[in-house]
Amino acid sequence: MLDLDSLQERFGNEITESSFRDNRRIVVPSDKVYFVLEQLWREWGFDMLVEMTAADYLEYPGATDRFGVMYVLLNTTTGERVIIKTHLNLPDPELPSVFPLWHSADWLEREIFDMFGIKFEGHPDLRRILMPEEFTAFPLRKDYPLKGRGERHNFPVITRAES
Amino acid sequence: MPLTLADTLPTEANEREYLWTLNFGPQHPATHTTLRLILTLDGEKMVDCVPHIGYLHSGFEKLGEHLDFNQYVTIVDRMNYISPVANEIAWHHAVEKLIGVELTPRCKYLRTILAELMRLHDHLLNVGTAALDLGAFTAFLYGFQQRENIYDLVEYASGQRFHASYTRVGGVLFDVNDAWVERVRKFVKEMPATLREIDGLLTRNRIFIDRTKGIGVLTKADAISWGATGPLARASGVVRDLRRDEPYLAYPDLDFQVICSEAGDCYARFLCRMREMWESLKILEQAIENIPGGPVNIDANTDAVLPAKPAVYRSIEGLIQHFEVLMPNRGYDVPSEEIYAATESPNGELGFYIVGDGNVRAYRARTRPPSYIHFAMLPHMIRGYQLSDLVAILGSINIIAAELDR
Repeated sequence: MLDLDSLQERFGNEITESSFRDNRRIVVPSDKVYFVLEQLWREWGFDMLVEMTAADYLEYPGATDRFGVMYVLLNTTTGERVIIKTHLNLPDPELPSVFPLWHSADWLEREIFDMFGIKFEGHPDLRRILMPEEFTAFPLRKDYPLKGRGERHNFPVITRAES
Repeated sequence: MPLTLADTLPTEANEREYLWTLNFGPQHPATHTTLRLILTLDGEKMVDCVPHIGYLHSGFEKLGEHLDFNQYVTIVDRMNYISPVANEIAWHHAVEKLIGVELTPRCKYLRTILAELMRLHDHLLNVGTAALDLGAFTAFLYGFQQRENIYDLVEYASGQRFHASYTRVGGVLFDVNDAWVERVRKFVKEMPATLREIDGLLTRNRIFIDRTKGIGVLTKADAISWGATGPLARASGVVRDLRRDEPYLAYPDLDFQVICSEAGDCYARFLCRMREMWESLKILEQAIENIPGGPVNIDANTDAVLPAKPAVYRSIEGLIQHFEVLMPNRGYDVPSEEIYAATESPNGELGFYIVGDGNVRAYRARTRPPSYIHFAMLPHMIRGYQLSDLVAILGSINIIAAELDR
């Protein structure tokens, strides 16, 4: 079992822990998140990045930070799960890429970049993945309307003669 | 959308002029759905591959923030349309965990039966199409006959063949009757014959073995690093099955084996899926014999579940209750918390990360789609194999583009 004390000893007291149902969540400041994740990977046997996602807390009651990025880690030997969460803010949300630790971060980080505009420094190929390359907005941000901003009507049309 | 091939290829490949570029998809019978690969070939050998996805992206996760927990079930249905009810079960599993609802024993068994039917549904198609892409047509048709029977069972239970939208928070739409249970029993009796037929057609088939054995090998270390789950991971020696490791629904009461292999090639994945279908039948046999009586939904008075339809249509109390559940400031007592909950879907770990803000709809409804994670490792898996092996590998990892793009 991962214990919080050893993490706090090494990375300071800003690291906090909470739990809800069977989920265990550790909140880490964004400048330390890579080092904490590397430690978990190297010393605590969390060898699988099961899921990585983000949320925009713009309209969330009582939220102080704009974005949250969550890493759901799994130790495939013991079956232990832990969620590492970090917070980011505009204007330049950026995190170090965890692709060197877990290869599954490749597309997961691309999707977060595509949907929220959070950049991952050191990612081998950070391009949009689900939305078209020409798209400029970040659709899962809360200030982006459900119906879009008319992008669909302004798509470049390729005629048969040009193609 | 204009896409320049030169941009997507690695630069050293551009310099080596003898390399070919081949576009595969987005419309091609062997892609099964809409996805596109740009392959770099050295003769017939695949050197590199750049997948392009997003053709079916329709903003499911954005919709999840605007529909309530019961409405969104119609959307998750359409993610992995090969096993729709498995998605619904996964979604409501996460929602119920967030709200803190404990299901009735009958509902747990009913959902378990449906989840296993969906596993058969998915594996039959996958095994069939994996063989179809390699030129063996018959196994696919045998599989489809039984899939049709499963459609009938789902239709009998929910009123819809394909996108059942059957589960609700705290229960299901309608309870099933004894006739349905009898039909499942009959199905379980008939199914082994089909499995033996498919087995006889493929397992010792010289051509099939030549086309799949040693092809698309995924080592255990790579499977873990790339986040593989489900049959794909188990065929590579990752002994992990959420039904056993993090039991949910009625799985703790049922006896079954986790099927694994160490080879990690396409043939191992085929064998794992075949054996898993036998295990699913074993689970189904136990579940239908032990399905408990009693109510299928939790008590509507606890304010967390829609009352039964007869009560809504025929009594004023039922109607009021129905409205109260649907009203934005009443109904479910949703904590302002976040949860990640996953189930073992036929394709792998299907998880949902839900952020609740006290409202009846999710503040953020993130899906962890197994297809998406598995497709990311395709370039890594196909490197060095022949072009004709691509369809074998693509068939064996079971990509569902609707789930891939959401």
